[in-house]
Parts: sequence; structure tokens; C-alpha cells
Amino acid sequence: MTLHQGAVARPWVERILAINGWFVFAFLYLPIMVVVVFSFSGSSNVGIWGGFSLRWYDQMLGNQQLMNALKNSIVIALWSTVIATVLGTAAALSLDRYRRWVGRGAFDGLLYLPIIIPDVTMAVMLLLWFTQTGLVPLGRTSITLAHIAFNISFVAIVVRARLAHMDPEMEDAAADLYAGRWQAFRRVTLPLILPGVLGGALLALTLSLDDVVITSFVQGPGATTLPVYVFGLIRRSVTPEINAVSTFMIAISMVLVLGSLGFQRRSEKDD
Amino acid sequence: MTTLKERKGAQQESSNPKLERSARRRESWRGFFHAAPAYVYLTVFFTLPLLIVFVFSFASRSRTGRPELEGWNLDSWARLGEPLVRTIVVRSFTMAIFNTLLCLLIAYPFAYWIATRARQSTRTLLLVAVLIPFWSNFLVRTYAWRMLLDSDGYITQIGEFTGLWGRMLFTAPAVFIGLVYGYLPFMVLPLYAALERMDWSLVEAGRDLFASGPKAFRKITLPLSKPGIIAGSILVFIPSLGAYVTPDILGGAKTTLLGNYIVTQFGSARNWPFGSALSGAILFVMLLATVAYFRTGGRTV
Repeated sequence: MTLHQGAVARPWVERILAINGWFVFAFLYLPIMVVVVFSFSGSSNVGIWGGFSLRWYDQMLGNQQLMNALKNSIVIALWSTVIATVLGTAAALSLDRYRRWVGRGAFDGLLYLPIIIPDVTMAVMLLLWFTQTGLVPLGRTSITLAHIAFNISFVAIVVRARLAHMDPEMEDAAADLYAGRWQAFRRVTLPLILPGVLGGALLALTLSLDDVVITSFVQGPGATTLPVYVFGLIRRSVTPEINAVSTFMIAISMVLVLGSLGFQRRSEKDD
Repeated sequence: MTTLKERKGAQQESSNPKLERSARRRESWRGFFHAAPAYVYLTVFFTLPLLIVFVFSFASRSRTGRPELEGWNLDSWARLGEPLVRTIVVRSFTMAIFNTLLCLLIAYPFAYWIATRARQSTRTLLLVAVLIPFWSNFLVRTYAWRMLLDSDGYITQIGEFTGLWGRMLFTAPAVFIGLVYGYLPFMVLPLYAALERMDWSLVEAGRDLFASGPKAFRKITLPLSKPGIIAGSILVFIPSLGAYVTPDILGGAKTTLLGNYIVTQFGSARNWPFGSALSGAILFVMLLATVAYFRTGGRTV
């Protein structure tokens, strides 16, 4: 296959394709870069460069409310990720390894819904659920439970993609060598799908750390998360401190995403 | 404990239907057993809450705004026909449709460009470059536009310098830009997946049969990438229909969308039953779109 799939189009079409391509990359990156650059500006006016300075990061670290919100975010993200990863991986196994069981079709569909449903509707659903049943008071627990609800689906999809590449004969081979079910899973299946599991877990961590809408609905007094706190700040006014927090958040998600992609890519190379 | 080998042996032993049936039953039970924890969890924290929304959309409202289940009525659903609500619904649908179309218009040539004009190794790199801003916080990305579109923001300065536009913040164009920015990657990824997988020898065959470039594109490439177009459109349309953060940060009073209106019902307006009816309406549209998607043989993402 040549470099150009399909035929080479007329020059002006080629030019438009290339211009559009670079335009999209500029569109995606320039706004983020403006935020990052101005987070290092010494000026207290958001859009004016006032020389390199770390004062906004300093102010961020000194903001007690913000640090509390960050702590909540981390605790909630870790718990929801661990639980969602276990449940999501088991769900992916059930769909990939077992083709026929009662309720499989419904489960398959149900697993996709939390991904496509708009945030606001899911937030409303969970708020009504928590307040009307009264089983869980609104607070860190209710936020964690809500995050697990959307993270299961994302983990399941990533792990399922990995399972689809895996040869089921591997497990049979282990069984031929008298490995029990658990042993076969522990020694053969798990190591093989581990990149997918870790990739899914990092994705879950990112989504939990990023969620604003659902969290702001099911949060309780004194238990807010970092994005929800920042959302509150942004609605009030635009300050350079928000630039610093934003840059910090971008850095976190970038590390997590690159990690997640790294795991998934390594898994592709193994095949 | 039965081993996998026994299971496999039992499956192959089709001469013994009784053994086969018991193996299948065991198989079925194991599948359910693996799914059970997630199944139960999603039933409790997703399906039941979803049903509760519909239940409370028929509830009446007490003086404090709390929903009361005595006194069922259709008031909340009837309110969907009010002029104000209709304006917001029409505005949200218009915004979501235009957003989907513009994303398609930008993302299709973009995905095509990556899938056909880049080397294999560069392709992955370019795709990662699309993913990185996609996964960085939605809120932060929206905030970036608030900076750019405000009176002293760069976009405004460029507009004033060229005399083409003024301050766009808190107007519909600002919300529109924010939505395109937020959801464009949702369109790029399925389109890319569809184009990447495509059998390009079909296009070559078409060209060999003297189809012109545009005709080959219209008759071969476009139909073959249809699953990607449909998947991407649903992935953009549904969240933009329920958008809340973008219009909240970039829009003003005249750009209230369904998402904001729902949040208001649960916040300052304190009308939970009406908010539930609005959410129920969105859920209904979403389920319709999803069913339509699976009907067209989707599930290709």
C-alpha cells in the first residue's frame, strides 16, 4: 500500500485537507496553552503578561479550602477507581468469555448507557435516588458511589477491547496443564489482560478527578472536590489563581492519559 | 472443581445431549456470576435512579419545593408545552444539531487526513495528540475560552483589530465555540476508526472503473464510513443536548439550554418534579437515538 490511501486528490483538495488538519490541532491546543502560559504570569490581570512568576502557584498551595477539595478528590478517585476496576473487569470477562447467559443482552446494553447519558441527567437521577431513599447521606460516600457508577462502564469497555485480542486457547492450555479456574485466571488471563486493566483504571481515575456536574449534585456540606470548587471560582470571577489550578489539573490528567495510552499500546505490541 | 478442560471436553461431546446441556447451564451460570457484582451495582445505582426520575416527574410539589408522591399528576409534563420551555427546547435542539453538523464538517476531513495521508507510525502519534486535550479537564478547557473571548481576550482583540467581531463572551456564538471545542474529539475518534479499517482497494477498483475522485468518494468512501458518522453524531449530539458546564460558563441569560434549565429546577427554582420531567424527556430522546444506532448495525466504536 502506498503512503496515500485512496487516490491522490486534486491539489486544492490536498491543500484544504492539510490546512484543516493543522487548523484542528491549533484549535485543540492554543486555548490550553494560553491558560498554561498565563499561569506563570506575575500580573494579577488575567490576560496581561507580567513577567515569569510562580506567585499563583504559591497562592494555590496556601489556599486551605482548595487543598481540602484536592484531598477529597484524591480519596474519592482512588476508592472509585479500585472498586470500578474490579467490577468492570469481571463484567468484561462475563461478556467476552461467556457467550450465553440469562440477561447478557440487557447487561451489554446497560453497560453502555452511563457512557452516553448526558451528565446532567445522570446527576439528577442520582440526586433523587440518594435524597429520596435516604440510604446514603450526601457527602464523600455518595460522590464515590456515583463515580463508581459511571467508571464501571469505562473500565469494562477498555478491558473488553483487550480481551478481544486475547486468545482464549491460552486458558485452555493452562487447564490442560491441570491449572484450576482461579489459578488459570491468576497466572494466565490476568497477566495478559493487565495492560488493559491498568489502562482502564487510569482512565477511571482521570474521569473521577475531572467530574464536575454529577459531583456537584451529589456532594454534601464540606465535602466538595477540586473541579467543583474550581467551577465555583470560575462562576464568580476569572483570577490568575484559576490559571495555576487549571495548569495543575491539566498536568495531572496528561500524566494519567499518557500512562493509560502507554499501557494500552504496550499491550498491542505484545500481540 | 471442574477445570476448563472438562468444560471444553463436554462441549465437544455433542453425542451426549444431557452432558452438553448441563455444561451449557454451568457455563451460563458462570457468565452471570462474573457479571453479577457490576450488574447489581448498575441496577441499584443506575437503573433504579433512572426509573425514579420518571416516577418523580409525576409527583406534585410541596411549598418547600420538595417533591411529594401523593397527588400524582401530569402537570410537569404538560409544562413542557409552555412557550418558555418550548423556546429552550428548540434552542437546545438547534444548538445540538448545529454542533453535530459542524463537528462532522471539521472532523471528517480531519479524520480522513490522518487515516489516509499520514504514515502508520505518525498516525498513532497524531491520534494521541487529539486524545490529550480531550482527556484534560472539560472545565479547564471551557475556562480557556472564557479567557480568550472576554473583552481583553486574544480572540476579541483579533476581532476588534480586523473589525470582524466584538466580545463574544456570554452570547450564543461563545457557547457554540465551546461546544464544538468540547465535543469535536467524540466525532474524530469513531470517524477515524471507520476510515482506518476501510478496505481502500475498493476505492482503487472504483477509480480503475473510471469513477472520478469525487464520485468514488461519494459512492464508496462515504457509505463505508457511515457507521463512524452515525456513532460520532450520537456521541456529539446527546451530550450537547444536555450540555450544562459550557453554556453556564460561556453563555448568558439568552443562551440557557436544557441542561442549565434542569439544574435551575433542582437549584433556585426548587421544582424537582418539573426538573425530573425535563430529564425524563432527554432520557427518552437518548434512548431513541441509541435504539436507532443499534438498529443501523452500529456498535463499531
